[in-house]
Amino acid sequence: MKLRSILATDCGSTTTKAILIEYVDGEYRLTYRGEAPTTVEAPFEDVTRGVLNAAMEVEELSGRKILDDDSIITPQKGDSGVDIYISTSSAGGGLQMMVAGVVKSMSGESAERAALGAGSIVMDVLASNDGRKPHEKITRIRQLRPDMILLSGGVDGGTTKHVVELAEILAAANPQPRLGQDYKLPVIYAGNNKATSDIERTLSDLTDLDVTENIRPVLEKENLKPSRDKIHDLFMEHVMQQAPGYKKLMSWTDAPIMPTPGAVGALIEMVAKKENISVVGVDIGGATTDIFSVFQKQFNRTVSANLGMSYSICNVLVEASLSNVLRWVPFDIDEKELTNRIGNKMIRPTTVPQSLEELVIEQAIAREALRLSFVQHKAFAVNLKGVQKERTISDAFEQSDSGQSLVDMIELDLIVGSGGVLSHAPRREQSAKMLIDSFLPEGITSLAVDSIFMMPQLGVMANIDKKSIAEEARVAALEVFEKDCLIRLGTCVAPVGSMSESEVSLKINLEFKNGEKKSIDLQSGELIRVEVGYEEVKAELIPAKGINVGAGKGEKIDTIIFGGQVGLIFDGRGRPLDVGSDPNDRISNLKKWASALNEYPELKE
Amino acid sequence: MAHSYTPGLKVLKNTKILKERRLPLKGSVSASIGSEVKPDEIIARTDLPGNVQMVNVANLLNVDASDIKQVMLIDVGSKIDKNDLLAETKGLFGFFKSNAKSPVAGTVESISDVTGQVVIREAPLPVEIDAYIQGSVDEIIENEGVVIESKGSFIQGIFGVGGESRGKIKVLACSRDSEITAEMITSDLEGMILVGGNFISLDAYKKALACNVAGVVVGGFNYYDLEEVLGYTLGVAITGSEDLVTSLVVTEGYGKIQMGQQTYNLLSESNGRLASINGATQIRAGVIRPEIIIPISDASKNGNENKAEKTIGMTDGSTVRVIRSPNFGEIGIVKELPAELRKMESETMVRVAIIDIDGKQFEVPRSNLEVVEID
Repeated sequence: MKLRSILATDCGSTTTKAILIEYVDGEYRLTYRGEAPTTVEAPFEDVTRGVLNAAMEVEELSGRKILDDDSIITPQKGDSGVDIYISTSSAGGGLQMMVAGVVKSMSGESAERAALGAGSIVMDVLASNDGRKPHEKITRIRQLRPDMILLSGGVDGGTTKHVVELAEILAAANPQPRLGQDYKLPVIYAGNNKATSDIERTLSDLTDLDVTENIRPVLEKENLKPSRDKIHDLFMEHVMQQAPGYKKLMSWTDAPIMPTPGAVGALIEMVAKKENISVVGVDIGGATTDIFSVFQKQFNRTVSANLGMSYSICNVLVEASLSNVLRWVPFDIDEKELTNRIGNKMIRPTTVPQSLEELVIEQAIAREALRLSFVQHKAFAVNLKGVQKERTISDAFEQSDSGQSLVDMIELDLIVGSGGVLSHAPRREQSAKMLIDSFLPEGITSLAVDSIFMMPQLGVMANIDKKSIAEEARVAALEVFEKDCLIRLGTCVAPVGSMSESEVSLKINLEFKNGEKKSIDLQSGELIRVEVGYEEVKAELIPAKGINVGAGKGEKIDTIIFGGQVGLIFDGRGRPLDVGSDPNDRISNLKKWASALNEYPELKE
Repeated sequence: MAHSYTPGLKVLKNTKILKERRLPLKGSVSASIGSEVKPDEIIARTDLPGNVQMVNVANLLNVDASDIKQVMLIDVGSKIDKNDLLAETKGLFGFFKSNAKSPVAGTVESISDVTGQVVIREAPLPVEIDAYIQGSVDEIIENEGVVIESKGSFIQGIFGVGGESRGKIKVLACSRDSEITAEMITSDLEGMILVGGNFISLDAYKKALACNVAGVVVGGFNYYDLEEVLGYTLGVAITGSEDLVTSLVVTEGYGKIQMGQQTYNLLSESNGRLASINGATQIRAGVIRPEIIIPISDASKNGNENKAEKTIGMTDGSTVRVIRSPNFGEIGIVKELPAELRKMESETMVRVAIIDIDGKQFEVPRSNLEVVEID
């Protein structure tokens, strides 16, 4: 069934965003969008108010009747209403969970991965071996008041003692849910099936216990999906029921409401699968930075809870150190004054950089927030720990341990950035440069930003279960993602290997669509931009001896790359990136690179 | 007329103030509706469940968890003292017994034959809540707390540290753009709330702590000095639980910034009055700003009621404060609110307000302005 129109909303903690997707001239396109303040808190205390206001804006802009009094008209009748309505939500702080596992680096980590993948914020990971005494764990559980707990541990049929011990700790803490005093805290048990009856005896009176398949049935296998699905179900059944207005909102939607990051993750996972590529997605917000990745077909998500651009901007300074932030600032500035300025942004989070200097400082902090979040992501996105591997004699020379990071920068095909500082940078060159400086892509990597952060809505659209509309909604989500959601910035080509100064590290021969040709010698330390729109460019990349641009050291590559709003960026600065320790060198380098990309108006040499 | 909504800190001279005082868990409320309360009067109390200790008796006595009941000397629900025997093995012919003692006094909550753990809960911890401000009880929240109504002045700061406190207001700075120095703080200021102008240095604040000053209200403080006050570097602005004798309320921001005229005038007029102060700040969804409440016992009760709940928008003629550099901290008057987006020096396209500062006109992003709410 072709869907004629889809209305999708994302209820964020401050803004509710609505988008209208229509089937026009044989394709699905985003046609209108509207936004309104989220109305979860006083004085409204009803999320649907904000949804209606955002939909009303869409209605006014499109001239199409969508609302009938205080409800959304579905399905479309004639020219009014929409065929389906769906929504995501992160209002009221999103879904906050605590997870527990017997061994921190095994079932603990698997439980964390399941919770993060479902779109929650993981407040703490309890484990039998986390070094804390039982009473310390109990105090911690009481302090945190999560929305939900996921308890796991043990392989199926293994020893039950440790996981039951964890359940006893939970029971002793008698945790209270964050929202609402009149319901029991939902607890999901996804551990050793042999312990189920003991767990039920310990927890079923005190909590709302739900049992699902073991997250690590055997050491070699991680089984996250049942837990992820259960988290989504309980999120809808319990947590959302407590949030003001959600009961009504749930009755309006054609698919369950998903937590915003869960929806984004689902979309990224799908795009990676469809294109058979490795993807890193990032959403940098005011309080947190979310990173999603798909490498070797494995999806991972991390939330860096206190790395953000407003509420937690000072924490970026604390974690990155002032000198790391300053290394991106191409002018001298009094350090104490700088810390006061950053502090003032934290206490007045809605302000915007008016002067160029303020913008440069803000983007310097963004680089560090992104870099640190990615470091955390790389440490978490690893293959399973604790797995026994059979080794042959040849492996003895290349000892690869379990628990190695899946993130391989040379394998990475696409980086998608979103969040105010990336999506709304005054120049797209700034977004591209921030992504390159903080993620340090290697080899050939496409860069894009999400124009208006519609990935959450597209994610829930792509995951509708209702059979009659599921397939078409998925098609619509992917079409809109491709055509309207992504702003293609271009491609970054970064050779890696030991480079000596001012030597040519990469020879580049380009052939454009109009037949024009161009040859470039990329020297070490140099950044070169070739302006070309989003079109195919034939590229011959010949790295110097010992230098790798994706096919191995010294190996030539013939390929097709794409331009974009920024174009092709050839990054000969090497990895890791050294901006120069001497302040004069640093400033000179930063100015040179900014000028190569036309990054800032007045910083040209 | 053009109109724009912006956040604004409240500086209200004569208003109705409602304060909810709620227990963390259900308990008993001792105040009754309409009764007059003083700031330090206890209005509700409850018992928080005591801490829990877990003792793995099976491990200690080297018995199987499933046999734990055979060695336990006490049952679930029994009250015990510290070092009381919890369990004992029979030993060999009555010799070589081993035992497990309770590390704390409390009640046995559970005995597990799966893990061998014994859970002991300590005595409950009493919690009391005082009225915080002088006023009368407006509403009783059954078993949870009260809402206290007061009339008087209400001033919000932008950032603070330290929790609730109270004391008489003492204006120390001679003007809103002068600093409170360490020399100005003397031991006779103990228990008072000191009002300064543009700044207090770390040394001066430390002197205030040493002199047991109840609170300091000042225009600016250095962000990097907070580390020494708090013992950690402040990453996210969530404060209020610090154990500080002297609560600090910063009205303008980090750095040396003169206190807003209205704020300074109102505090100066209140010199010598009893006030309540709270440095607690939470800058997240559901924002909490620090505050100073000055009840007026002989209030002209015709104050503009509900003003504290109202948020006014920015219109032509509004008094606004610039909250980001350049011109940070300056007060101006809105002259025009153009509808179209304008390009800033940073090339950011934003909605602006044209404001007049001391006779000069400036174009400032609306989101970098704050309406100064006055009555």
